[in-house]
Amino acid sequence: MIEVENLVKYYGPHPALRGVTFAAQKGEVLGLLGPNAAGKTTAMRILTGYMPASSGTAKVAGFDVAEQAIEAKKRTGYLPENVPLYPEMTVNSYLGFVADLRGVPSRLKKERVDEVCELARITHVRDTVAGKLSRGYRQRVGIAQALIHRPSVVILDEPTVGLDPKQIIETRQLIKNLGGDHTVVLSSHILPEVSMTCSRVVIISDGRVAAVDTPDNLTRRLQGANRVHLEIRGPAEPVAGALRAVPGVLAVASEPGQSPDGVTCTVECGAEADARERLAAAVVGSGWGLLEMRSLSLSLEEIFLRLTTTEEVSEQ
Amino acid sequence: MRGTLAIALRELKSYFASPVAYIVTAAFLVVTGYLFTLILLYSREASLRYLFGNMSVLLLIVSPALTMRLLAEEQRTGTIELLLTSPVRDREVVIGKFLASLGLLAAMLGMTLFYPLLLFVYGHPDKGPILSGYVGTLLLGASFLSIGLFASSLTANQIVAAVLTFMGLLLFWLIGGAADLAGPPLGDLLRYLAVDQNYNDFTAGVVDSKAVVYFISVVVVFMYATVRTLESRRWR
Repeated sequence: MIEVENLVKYYGPHPALRGVTFAAQKGEVLGLLGPNAAGKTTAMRILTGYMPASSGTAKVAGFDVAEQAIEAKKRTGYLPENVPLYPEMTVNSYLGFVADLRGVPSRLKKERVDEVCELARITHVRDTVAGKLSRGYRQRVGIAQALIHRPSVVILDEPTVGLDPKQIIETRQLIKNLGGDHTVVLSSHILPEVSMTCSRVVIISDGRVAAVDTPDNLTRRLQGANRVHLEIRGPAEPVAGALRAVPGVLAVASEPGQSPDGVTCTVECGAEADARERLAAAVVGSGWGLLEMRSLSLSLEEIFLRLTTTEEVSEQ
Repeated sequence: MRGTLAIALRELKSYFASPVAYIVTAAFLVVTGYLFTLILLYSREASLRYLFGNMSVLLLIVSPALTMRLLAEEQRTGTIELLLTSPVRDREVVIGKFLASLGLLAAMLGMTLFYPLLLFVYGHPDKGPILSGYVGTLLLGASFLSIGLFASSLTANQIVAAVLTFMGLLLFWLIGGAADLAGPPLGDLLRYLAVDQNYNDFTAGVVDSKAVVYFISVVVVFMYATVRTLESRRWR
């Protein structure tokens, strides 16, 4: 339903996206997870046709967002980070306006407005002007407008930012319910949030996709094995054997190193303890030369450390 | 087309949700009413010729007030993101905005029809110049509004948009002044581009196709520039 391939976006000389690829199946809820300024909003803005990519392609329901923009936009519902409300309009007239804008047939307009008001639970504020709504209601109206034309793809940029805990729970439930009928892409910088709502997560960091996986697997990978890269001067077979014997080591893969008498090893360790000291001791203790050692899973770990792993009650 | 209409109607309604439309309309009517009375009492002539000249000057001030918000406010509040991600073409957005401001201007001009009505009740004015004067004023207004809309697309700040528009219109207004100084080839061009040259024919009762084409070209050029500005915003 959504295919994003090798998206690159430059703002002047500064790259915001450096080749992002991901896809979402019909009915899936996909989370874009990443720290602030990682490129999530940029990716969403390209996907919704708000701005073009510098290179790469994005397709919504089979339509290229740059070349068949109108067709793609007809099938997309979008909630930007700042809910696009006109403060002087009532919820009712605002939703009517958006329905016209998105090409909902006139005879279905009232029915659709009723439908999304029901869905977003804003029926009792329909005659209130948007400028007087609280943050939580504004957000709900934002979700309602994104659904008014029954789009096959719904894109939500940080849908729970600024909501109180009760509203967050309600909004997440609403988003979960959207999956199945709609393909949903949402962005967040909070790990538990995407774990709760999404079936798959794309981690974006610094304009690149750092990982794509289910929330469960990501959590496992995060808590699971650490990989250590070693460059050792010594005979290949005995070195591998000695490393395997180190407590906490799960697996060792070795290949010929850069120097003729050296060997390069990738060691998988359990998460419970840092095995690097023991690995170093084992190598040096056997009389081999330890040329290099570095942790391989650090990159993903770093990304996660920059993500909020606990929920904040209030934003900003 | 439906998007254009929806945008135009929403915009018209929002004019009346703020005091802007009321204040601008009221001020316009007060000043034109005062001038109408003054001119009539001095000239004792059942014609609107001099009033049209004054109206066009007033439009220099009225137009920026009508257009400053159109796109600047959408850019400031982020609602432009809603418009540009909807299945509506950029030009439909621009045309919708333009039609809303033109609608309000037409309504304002419509209210001044009270003055010629008075003339018809108490005198025998010449119908032709009055009719052509209104046509010319509407065309002039349309060209001013398109310039204002363009300025509004350049910034997210209404005041900046208004100042830019006013300065632009003033320059546009005064461009003919340099014609005599510039000499034949450039001077002729400036004279053709000058607003007052094209406008004066209308108030004298002449609808010159050249002048009509002139005003419509101004509208088309600035609407096109506005569309391109909207597009270029997306590239940044």
